[in-house]
Amino acid sequence: MHTTNAVNGANYLTYQGKYKGLLGWIFSTDHKRIGLLYLYSIATMFATGVLLGLAMKFELLAPGKTIMDAQTYNATFTVHGVIMIFMVVVPGLPAVFGNLMLPIMIGAKDVAFPKLNLLSWWLYVTGVVLVLCALLFGSGTPDTGWTFYAPYSFKSGTNLLPAIFGAFVLGFSSILTGLNFLVTIHRLRCPGMKWTKLPLFVWTLYGTAWIQLLATPVVGITLVLVALERVFGVGVFDPALGGDPVLYQHLFWIYSHPAVYIMILPAMGAISEIIPTFSQKHIFGYKAIIASTMAIAFVGYLVWGHHMFTAGMSGTAQYYFSLLTFIVAIPSAIKVFNWISTMYKGAINIQTPFYWAVSFIFVFMVGGLSGLVLGALATDIYVHDTAFVVAHFHYIVFGGTGFAFFAAMHYWFPKIFGRMYDKAWANVGWLIFTIGFLALYSPMFYLGMMGMPRRYYDYLEEFHGGNILSTIGSWVLVTGFIIIVTNLIRSARKGEPAEMNPWHSKTLEWTVTSPPPVLNFEKEPVLGEKDGPYNYD
Amino acid sequence: MSEDKHHHIVPYRLYVIVLLALLALTFGSIGITSIELGEFTVAAALLFAVVKSALVLTYFMHLKYDKPYIKLMVAFVFAIFVVVIVITFLDYLYRV
Repeated sequence: MHTTNAVNGANYLTYQGKYKGLLGWIFSTDHKRIGLLYLYSIATMFATGVLLGLAMKFELLAPGKTIMDAQTYNATFTVHGVIMIFMVVVPGLPAVFGNLMLPIMIGAKDVAFPKLNLLSWWLYVTGVVLVLCALLFGSGTPDTGWTFYAPYSFKSGTNLLPAIFGAFVLGFSSILTGLNFLVTIHRLRCPGMKWTKLPLFVWTLYGTAWIQLLATPVVGITLVLVALERVFGVGVFDPALGGDPVLYQHLFWIYSHPAVYIMILPAMGAISEIIPTFSQKHIFGYKAIIASTMAIAFVGYLVWGHHMFTAGMSGTAQYYFSLLTFIVAIPSAIKVFNWISTMYKGAINIQTPFYWAVSFIFVFMVGGLSGLVLGALATDIYVHDTAFVVAHFHYIVFGGTGFAFFAAMHYWFPKIFGRMYDKAWANVGWLIFTIGFLALYSPMFYLGMMGMPRRYYDYLEEFHGGNILSTIGSWVLVTGFIIIVTNLIRSARKGEPAEMNPWHSKTLEWTVTSPPPVLNFEKEPVLGEKDGPYNYD
Repeated sequence: MSEDKHHHIVPYRLYVIVLLALLALTFGSIGITSIELGEFTVAAALLFAVVKSALVLTYFMHLKYDKPYIKLMVAFVFAIFVVVIVITFLDYLYRV
């Protein structure tokens, strides 16, 4: 099945359009090619961010200066954060797998606005280049942390403006992708695909698209205000001019907390595809998962202040934000119960994507439960700005989004490239990566509880043991990462040809050839009354 | 769908009236800053901004002629905006 299309040259990988070679990719409006462009760009930035993270962990191998001084360490964690947040996890799953799979999953030929889709990728690349300019040119690499907190962000002598402008442009890329997906899901569903028959990955992309559209402009405007503050001294955030630095934190987190849900919702969607497929069982509580997705998207707007409990907010606001933070844990827990209930009495087929999915559930739960420690007012004051926060954040964002990304990669890989990866090496990569992940971040919970602050290149002798374990964990994690990436790159070129539906899934993308044809479907699919994305019974 | 294909002939006169209203509201939003409103300064500025955007959405962006679910979506967005502002003021109004 794979070979039929490949030989005819009709699949999207080999199709010869208006332009040849590289131009045929960077000017393509095919959603699948744009998805791959995002994959390669984001993977490159991820590898860069990993190298910076590795350098930071190496610095923390021993107290005092190990390989870098304080200023370099400040710049390193800033760049690591900016790259990983704005260039990797925010676009991550929506831009890569949303582009690659969304139209096929709803039976469409492409997204609603293909040219706008290509523009989104170009904006992404422009944003990346701008941020890289901030690192390489001017008066020093930004050192504010990825949050660009006022008042330091307009007092720091480093080259902050290009970085801020880059984040601004990346925001536009995100908004346009969200807009495109919203219209696509509303207008381009194939006949018979009612809202109650949408795959859950599509539902989560829908919730995410709303957040991208509504929350991202807030951070865009906020970053413009910081730029105005730096250049003209307008005084919105500067207390010396009557401004309020806490207002910056409000505006920043009004976007950046929902942004956490931009990162995690599509991850949950991918897991909701993988679990029923590898359990060969209808997803448990389909409508409950949809409701919880939309509840997370909505309530996620209203809890930003839990990042600011120690910033000097009013007590009333603190109580409110703490309460809502506890409430947002409920829909997340609903999803976990649904995934586990789906596995119960299923015909479980243990394959690499399934390993990633179940380890996702584990690390996400640890991340989520440690979040409650930070959501409670009293305990947050104790662990605020310590390594505990870093551990929690990485368990959620890296453990959540990262693990789901790898799960999705191993799940859709045969569809995307028409070839199967080496499953044994994929499993070895997963195991080493997971062990490295646990060793890298778990000690930070302990170190934070013991009082080790974050964002310092130095620490007291009593924290040495935990930091050694954490640094060794980073080496193990990178070893696993290298195995995974090498296996995938090699398999994309030389792997065994993949079947059309190797996992026996029920969603529409598995009804087309691997790799998919240029226009996805030879004939527009029509869903009957009994068809559905999880009808295994 | 038939609604989408239907062309709405909106008289220029209406556009000019909306434009004049927007200009008047702009001057109003500047003028109101000369009055000391205390805690309601931001609320007044936001009120002008909301009325102006409502006019643009309704007439210039043809929301008036759109399907109810599109109107509902826009109303939802406004509602979120209002909620976010109210929550932010839970901090500012109750600070000791």
